[in-house]
Amino acid sequence: MNLPGSGIFKGMAVTALNFVGSFFDPKREKRLITEQYPEERPTLVETSRSFPFLIFDNDPETGIRCVACKICEKECPPQCIYIVQDKDANGKAIRRPAIFDIDISVCMGCQICVEVCPFESIRMDNIYEVSSYGRFGDLVIHKNQLLKSNEYYRQIHPTEAAETDARIEAARIKKAAAAKAAAEKAAAAKAAKEAEAKAAATTTQPEQPAQ
Amino acid sequence: MSFQPHTSSLSQANGAGTSTLDVSLGPQHPSTHGVFRMNVRMEGETITKLQPVFGYLHRNHEKLAEKMSWLACMPYTDRLDYICPITNNWAYARAVETLAGIEVPERAEYIRVIVGELTRLQNHTAFLGFILGDMGAWGSALMYAFREREKILDLFEWLTGARMMVNYMRFGGVRCDLPAGWLEKARAYVETYPAFLDEMEALLTGNEILLARLQGVGVLSAERAINGGLSGPVLRASGVDYDIRKVDGYGVYPRLKFRVPRGTVGDCFDRFMMRILEARESIEILRQAFAQIPEGPIVNPAAKQRGFKPPVGEAYGRIEGPKGELGFHLISDGGEKPARYHIRPPSLINLTLLEEMCVGTKIADVMVILGSIDIVLGEVDR
Repeated sequence: MNLPGSGIFKGMAVTALNFVGSFFDPKREKRLITEQYPEERPTLVETSRSFPFLIFDNDPETGIRCVACKICEKECPPQCIYIVQDKDANGKAIRRPAIFDIDISVCMGCQICVEVCPFESIRMDNIYEVSSYGRFGDLVIHKNQLLKSNEYYRQIHPTEAAETDARIEAARIKKAAAAKAAAEKAAAAKAAKEAEAKAAATTTQPEQPAQ
Repeated sequence: MSFQPHTSSLSQANGAGTSTLDVSLGPQHPSTHGVFRMNVRMEGETITKLQPVFGYLHRNHEKLAEKMSWLACMPYTDRLDYICPITNNWAYARAVETLAGIEVPERAEYIRVIVGELTRLQNHTAFLGFILGDMGAWGSALMYAFREREKILDLFEWLTGARMMVNYMRFGGVRCDLPAGWLEKARAYVETYPAFLDEMEALLTGNEILLARLQGVGVLSAERAINGGLSGPVLRASGVDYDIRKVDGYGVYPRLKFRVPRGTVGDCFDRFMMRILEARESIEILRQAFAQIPEGPIVNPAAKQRGFKPPVGEAYGRIEGPKGELGFHLISDGGEKPARYHIRPPSLINLTLLEEMCVGTKIADVMVILGSIDIVLGEVDR
């Protein structure tokens, strides 16, 4: 059996080692690890996520990827997305959102909207200083604030963005190939039809003078 | 030598003596691990009656789930036991997989074991800090524990994008694969963890004050623990050999070799040691899982996430969470939303015998006993 009180002294030794080590630990494992926040900024990991944003290619007006299909609005667990589809001058619906609002006081950053989006248009941002004075209006982020360029996305999530770009490129090539194949098919069909018509014309030709 | 209760001459002169005193402990109390209240009746300092009052953190989780798609329930399970969200995800995913009969690829099962056991490590690390806080040592131990826990949370953030609200599991697998270099970092971290446990043990386990506060306090017999439906470390501290990882053998646990520690007395000290021993076993599991993890798909491609509609039926899926048996009972009517969604939270069931453990002890021990059960109010109130 140990001497009475020896456990306490052993514990004190651990505390003392940690105290001294917080200044002079050679292995730097016990050194002070507190970040002095406003002066020192945390380096965020690549996968870090906070709130969603919308991606546009090249131009925020014409390059917006979102087509207002409202899948994210339906799937969002706390229902914090509000979308209204845009209309042209004749009142016909076009594939673009007129209103796209996200209430970030409700958003819980679960990234389900990102996963369900079939158009790769909504992604997670890693901003974290979004406090404001207005309790209701200021925390609703509108379309113009949500729109961010694809370059920005590449900057904050390089790996994920590269994967997305590759996917979009593959889809574009596939679509182009499909379009080309369809065009060739159509051309072939047209040629065949023409040949058929020509053949029909040649067979009916001898009768023509009789008419 | 026995201690004689002291009665002041003043109260005797007034004819007051020792009187019963009703105290409402909480809900705003640092040691109640959230917003938890106990109505305590005391005879002097000794507890004669204790009534837990909860519901301050009720968020209507089970009813809300009936209004949401199956997938949308997943991020809400993070918020049940917010100390260990990944195991909550796992239990829900397992219940849905049982319901719809979805197979999980091998790599996904290994990833689940790795993140699940890391969650157990960080829960038990936090526990070591919290119980010292409950005993009044609000400082060193908690800070050391949180310094260590933060390293595991950093691994989670790197993997899932969030420290705590991870939303990581999916039906038939996990959401994203391990990033390049994650496994090496996690392996290196796990190798440093035993040194931390040794340091904590040097700091705590032999400490005479700690022993005096924990040994023989809040004794719970194996029989009562079984009858009360307890589970997890609290049940095993009473000497019952019941670990769902062994009993059900879900995932790849049958392939991993580990021991299930058991207590002998069932007091607070056994429950405290149970966490340390379990953390040591978790390290063994992690080492084996790191060595065995295969390449392959991380999610079953046949499992649909959006617009998921399981067949009509009913299923109960459970796992051995860090706090005990965490189960989800789901009933499906074949629709996009659960028809009924019920959770069996270990914290709530483990709380039911609190009065039994506390009656006869001093008021200062109530906090220690409550701390040794290791509850999280997000799970108790749901």
